[in-house]
Amino acid sequence: MAKTTIDITGLASARGTRSSLGERIGELPNVASQRTQQLRARIDGAKAVTSVCPYCAVGCSTLAYVDDSGKLLDVEGNPDSPINAGHLCPKGSAIFGMTVNDRRWTTVRYRAPFATEWEEKPLAWALERIAARVKETRDATFVRERDGKRVNHTLGIASLGGATFGIEENYLLGKLMHSLGVVAIENQARI
Amino acid sequence: MATGFFTDATLCIGCKACEVACKQWNELPSDGFEFTGNSYDNTSQLSGTTWRHVDFVERESFDESGLKTSWSMVSDVCKHCTNAGCLEACPTGAIVRNEFGSVFVQPDICNGCGYCVVSCPFGVIDLIEAVGRGDDAKKYGLATLHDDRLNDRKTAVQATGGVAGKCSLCFDRQRVGMVPACAKACPTESIQFGEIEELHERAKRRVETLQERGVEARLYGADDIGGGIGALNAFFLLTESPEAYNLPVEPVLPSTRQTMGYAAAAAAALTLATIGWAIFRGDA
Amino acid sequence: MPGLGTSFGRGGATVWLPDLENADCILIQGSNFAEAHPVAFRFVMKAKERGAVIVHVDPRFTRTSAVADLYAPIRSGTDIAFLGGIINYVLQNERYFREYVAAYTNAASIVTEDFVDTEDLDGMFSGWNDETKSYDTSSWSFERNDDGTLRRDETLEHPRCVLNVLRRHFARYTPEMVERVCGTPQKEFLKIAELLARNSGRDRTTAFAYAVGWTQHTTGVQFVRTAAILQLLLGNIGRPGGGIMALRGHADIQGATDVPTLYDLLPGYLPMPSALRDEGNLDRYVAQNTKATGWWANTPKYVVSLLKAFYGDAATAENDFCYGYLPQLVGDHSVLPTTFAMKDGTVKGYFVIGQNPGASGQNAELVSSAMERLDWLVNIDFFDNETVSFWRREGADPTKIGTEVFFLPGATVLEKDGTMTQTSRVLQWHDKAIEPIGDSKSDLWYFYDLGKRLKALYADSQDPKDRPILDLAWEYDHEDERERAAGEPSALRVLRELNGFTVADGKQVAGFADLAADGSTACGCWIYSGVCPDDTTNHARGRIADARSSPGWGWAWPANRRTLYNRASADPAGNPWSERKKYLWWDAQKREWTGYDVPDFPKGKDPATPARPGASGIDAHSGADPFIMNLDGRGQLFVAGALADAPMPAHYEPLQSVIENPLYAQQSNPLLHEWKRDDNRYNRSVDPDYPYVLTTYRITEMSGIMTRYIPWLAELQPEAFCEIDPELAVEKGIANGSYVTISTALGEMEARALVSGRMQPLRIGKGQRVHQIGIPYNYGRMVGFARGDSPGDLIALSMDPNVSIHEAKSLTCSIRPGRRAARSAGSIEAPVPTAQQRAYGAGSAHGIDAGERR
Repeated sequence: MAKTTIDITGLASARGTRSSLGERIGELPNVASQRTQQLRARIDGAKAVTSVCPYCAVGCSTLAYVDDSGKLLDVEGNPDSPINAGHLCPKGSAIFGMTVNDRRWTTVRYRAPFATEWEEKPLAWALERIAARVKETRDATFVRERDGKRVNHTLGIASLGGATFGIEENYLLGKLMHSLGVVAIENQARI
Repeated sequence: MATGFFTDATLCIGCKACEVACKQWNELPSDGFEFTGNSYDNTSQLSGTTWRHVDFVERESFDESGLKTSWSMVSDVCKHCTNAGCLEACPTGAIVRNEFGSVFVQPDICNGCGYCVVSCPFGVIDLIEAVGRGDDAKKYGLATLHDDRLNDRKTAVQATGGVAGKCSLCFDRQRVGMVPACAKACPTESIQFGEIEELHERAKRRVETLQERGVEARLYGADDIGGGIGALNAFFLLTESPEAYNLPVEPVLPSTRQTMGYAAAAAAALTLATIGWAIFRGDA
Repeated sequence: MPGLGTSFGRGGATVWLPDLENADCILIQGSNFAEAHPVAFRFVMKAKERGAVIVHVDPRFTRTSAVADLYAPIRSGTDIAFLGGIINYVLQNERYFREYVAAYTNAASIVTEDFVDTEDLDGMFSGWNDETKSYDTSSWSFERNDDGTLRRDETLEHPRCVLNVLRRHFARYTPEMVERVCGTPQKEFLKIAELLARNSGRDRTTAFAYAVGWTQHTTGVQFVRTAAILQLLLGNIGRPGGGIMALRGHADIQGATDVPTLYDLLPGYLPMPSALRDEGNLDRYVAQNTKATGWWANTPKYVVSLLKAFYGDAATAENDFCYGYLPQLVGDHSVLPTTFAMKDGTVKGYFVIGQNPGASGQNAELVSSAMERLDWLVNIDFFDNETVSFWRREGADPTKIGTEVFFLPGATVLEKDGTMTQTSRVLQWHDKAIEPIGDSKSDLWYFYDLGKRLKALYADSQDPKDRPILDLAWEYDHEDERERAAGEPSALRVLRELNGFTVADGKQVAGFADLAADGSTACGCWIYSGVCPDDTTNHARGRIADARSSPGWGWAWPANRRTLYNRASADPAGNPWSERKKYLWWDAQKREWTGYDVPDFPKGKDPATPARPGASGIDAHSGADPFIMNLDGRGQLFVAGALADAPMPAHYEPLQSVIENPLYAQQSNPLLHEWKRDDNRYNRSVDPDYPYVLTTYRITEMSGIMTRYIPWLAELQPEAFCEIDPELAVEKGIANGSYVTISTALGEMEARALVSGRMQPLRIGKGQRVHQIGIPYNYGRMVGFARGDSPGDLIALSMDPNVSIHEAKSLTCSIRPGRRAARSAGSIEAPVPTAQQRAYGAGSAHGIDAGERR
């Protein structure tokens, strides 16, 4: 493949500080490799999906760029947002690294009682076991009345967390927990 | 059209979004995890894999109202000099000036000789160590990238290792009309990207505004900075002296120094000759 | 957020973030705005460029202070004294916005004769019961006319009118006193007081911004109350460039309060039924929680619609709409008492989702040792963390820990769709960008799946206790066939349920005005009603922005109003207070409210409408009462009875303080809750062994587990550090960058010392020199590229009386050079001085019983 000279638009010489290419010691002609010629932003033409930054409550809008195979290419601020106008803080700029990260645990880990190590387990196995344990604990700790008053609750199960996931998820968690009789439901907010 | 950065220290809140956005876009690894104790600066300087770097300058002073604390920050970057030492020194043709007037390292051409490193008047460009998998990957946090990404679409760094690295002014983004990652991310628009002439206008207006408010503001590199370098395509508005941010007050292009060196040598030779002649005369 | 709720009517920030740009002055206090919310801070920078004055009051000189026009230091935990000082300045110098105060606040209401102030009881209010350690708040109330309306003195001259009660209450908060308590030089304090006064009124507005620096205290709610009083006096609420910006922490922390995973609330700020209030049946519940006037007259509609959303067809008028299915509270079931209950063996199973109390919790060792008592722990997260790995923490012996632990891999925000509610109450939908990696699933998926499994497990049960599960309306299968096949629930279906629908035809309701109390409507969260108002619209997905309030961008509760109480941006007659501060006004031609926002007021209610005593709901209010949620439609300078500890804020020292309260004999909040146990040891107050103020915070580059494994962030702040002033460093022989050990009676941690002049000792009391030590709350010692000890090891649990929030911002400690000793998991239970020991019964009903009111 032939090498071509990049159009330098005569900028430097227009300022009068440089005469012509190759005149100075050590300087070779400005030649662009094939890679350089073809260089394009990897998200050019990629699908942009509107998302929201998961870190703080400012609620910066983001665009997640995805290629045709469904692979994540990049995450940036959404310029249309009246809140962030395309900008992001360092954490928001690192959303890509939170999702695509080989330190992330993407399988179920299980630690049996008294075990000293984690083991990987199939998802379905864990879900079945968790449901059974929830039922077992609920049935053993459910209280219908306290001091003559109907309470229909269990103090044997508690739940913590909510501020890092969505309102639909908070709703389902609350709806399910309340219906199990769980009252000790809490998240990062207390005020 | 030449494009560049105007980085305004008076708008910087030191958040380092520029550093992260740059690394994310350019798929650069971390430089390691070392606590420096130097204010909030733990990346310390620009390097082959840190293309934006925020300087933190803490000062205390006393005046009639008591102790005054100040903490100023500014994001440093490759200056994309009009006459670039790295480009001049590069023997392989890997470093080129592109159609946006920026100085660009072609990683597929670069052989890692390092001549550019010593030729940068600002100490910006640096060699990237060969980083790959295994311990290196862990050390540098390349772990962030999934293995399939490493195989599929190796970045320049991962593909070649041992090349020179520095800010490309997001050449790939500019090619498709996008703003460089750091300027886009910067929450307070301390980093502004645009056509140089327009940025110059903006910067001059900004200095006037600040001076009206009694802020000591000065531009660094908007005009010819001397030493044969010319103007900088990435220039700064500072409120402290340049040294405070590790920016040289009188940077010199090595080739200019070389010319000056020849001149000085010639002058010295002449002096010696004159002295010799004088001695000779005296002896006579 | 009852500090805001009791003052204005709703527990949410009153401000649309971009509107900060329109402020003439911004007071940032209790917040490190630039570091914790950098992108929102761009509006502060814009305001500054427009000429606004930015003031930062903080124990540390931070990146916020660096760009502020004025920085003033303050001793952590003394903000009531500081703001009380400004209230005093404003009242003494008659600098309040008189027309606004007279018309829109309860300044003219007459406080009952029975009320006795802190001035007369040395820091206590009337009604204290030493046996129950609580106040009978009945004397904190107003005189009434014969028709039941509040007695008022519009001249504001009555000695017992609220304005004059306030005047007397805050009279001792002089600039000298502020300096003694806060350590803020009088000169700086006065400069700030004058700036706020000068930048408020008809033509100018001042905004306040705060965050957890004001809330994580044993007097947290009263910090916010003090700010609310001041902003009402200055006439800044409901106006452009004014208001109180509550900067909330996590991405959906507002949403998780609105649709609460909080023990004491149901969606839309309906209280959770409580056996303590005898709310055993729906009638009792409705009677307790419905107000005659103001918006809360509508409670029955909202609770019945919620029950219909929960239990569908099973909920009928005959069975109280299944109200009895809801469990009843029997005490404080918040996280701190629950942690003790866990340690004491009551809690057997624990879900921890996207939270890491093993590192970021207070008394993290207590949390970890409590989890040892669990039968099982289920954790959903992205990374290994100190909570799920508590059994292998430093010093622990896994072979003695019987807890069964499940880690379920969570999907990140990019891998699921759904909605989060940001800090200005704006709901923003996000689309799924990629499939979850590996076995990861969304939280929605896990909850939906668990519900389905439990329904199946209980399918054959005849036990009445299992009816709620069997009758639970639980149909959220995805609309898309492929997603449905993967078991994926539809977040949109859930959001549409939150909006509400008509039961008969399943059609979406247009808003909460359409909800009914007869079971004909179902609604999961009444304040969100209107977000999906018809079958095809999802306003949370709206992406049309404009230069002002961007009504087309996302959707704000309630009813897409951006600036709350915006009726107050016009004068009582309905005209803008000034051209410059024009926002919402009465259009006499069209006979409706118009302007740059959706009116937070009935759109066609004429400003001249008189109040109608005896009418219900907001019909009782006049056309000039902007605070529609409140009984009297006005901003509450004096709060009658709604808060446990004070109708007007009084400065109390933190539980663990370096000084005796200079203001009153009462040292700390008389109602604060503490647990004096071996595993929760406090420093004594004014203890020479712990002479330094300790404060905690987060830094820009880190959050917690969501950042510590990202190398790009970890390299920016790779290790736990603490910030100390040079004078203390010299005194202790601490070199910059070296390891130090910080300790309290509870435990110790190590960190790298960052010695900086940004930290400065303060002079307080009668000349006492106080050093403050700052420690970031971002790290954990077990996992991550960035790691280190957490101040969670130093902080014993204590709790405020209103919202059960912990005190994590103002504590005491000591410091020494060098690294800490190796930890043993049992070390925390080492013997303590007998004076502090007290036996508590194990296995009590709940954690609250294991503590004591002081």
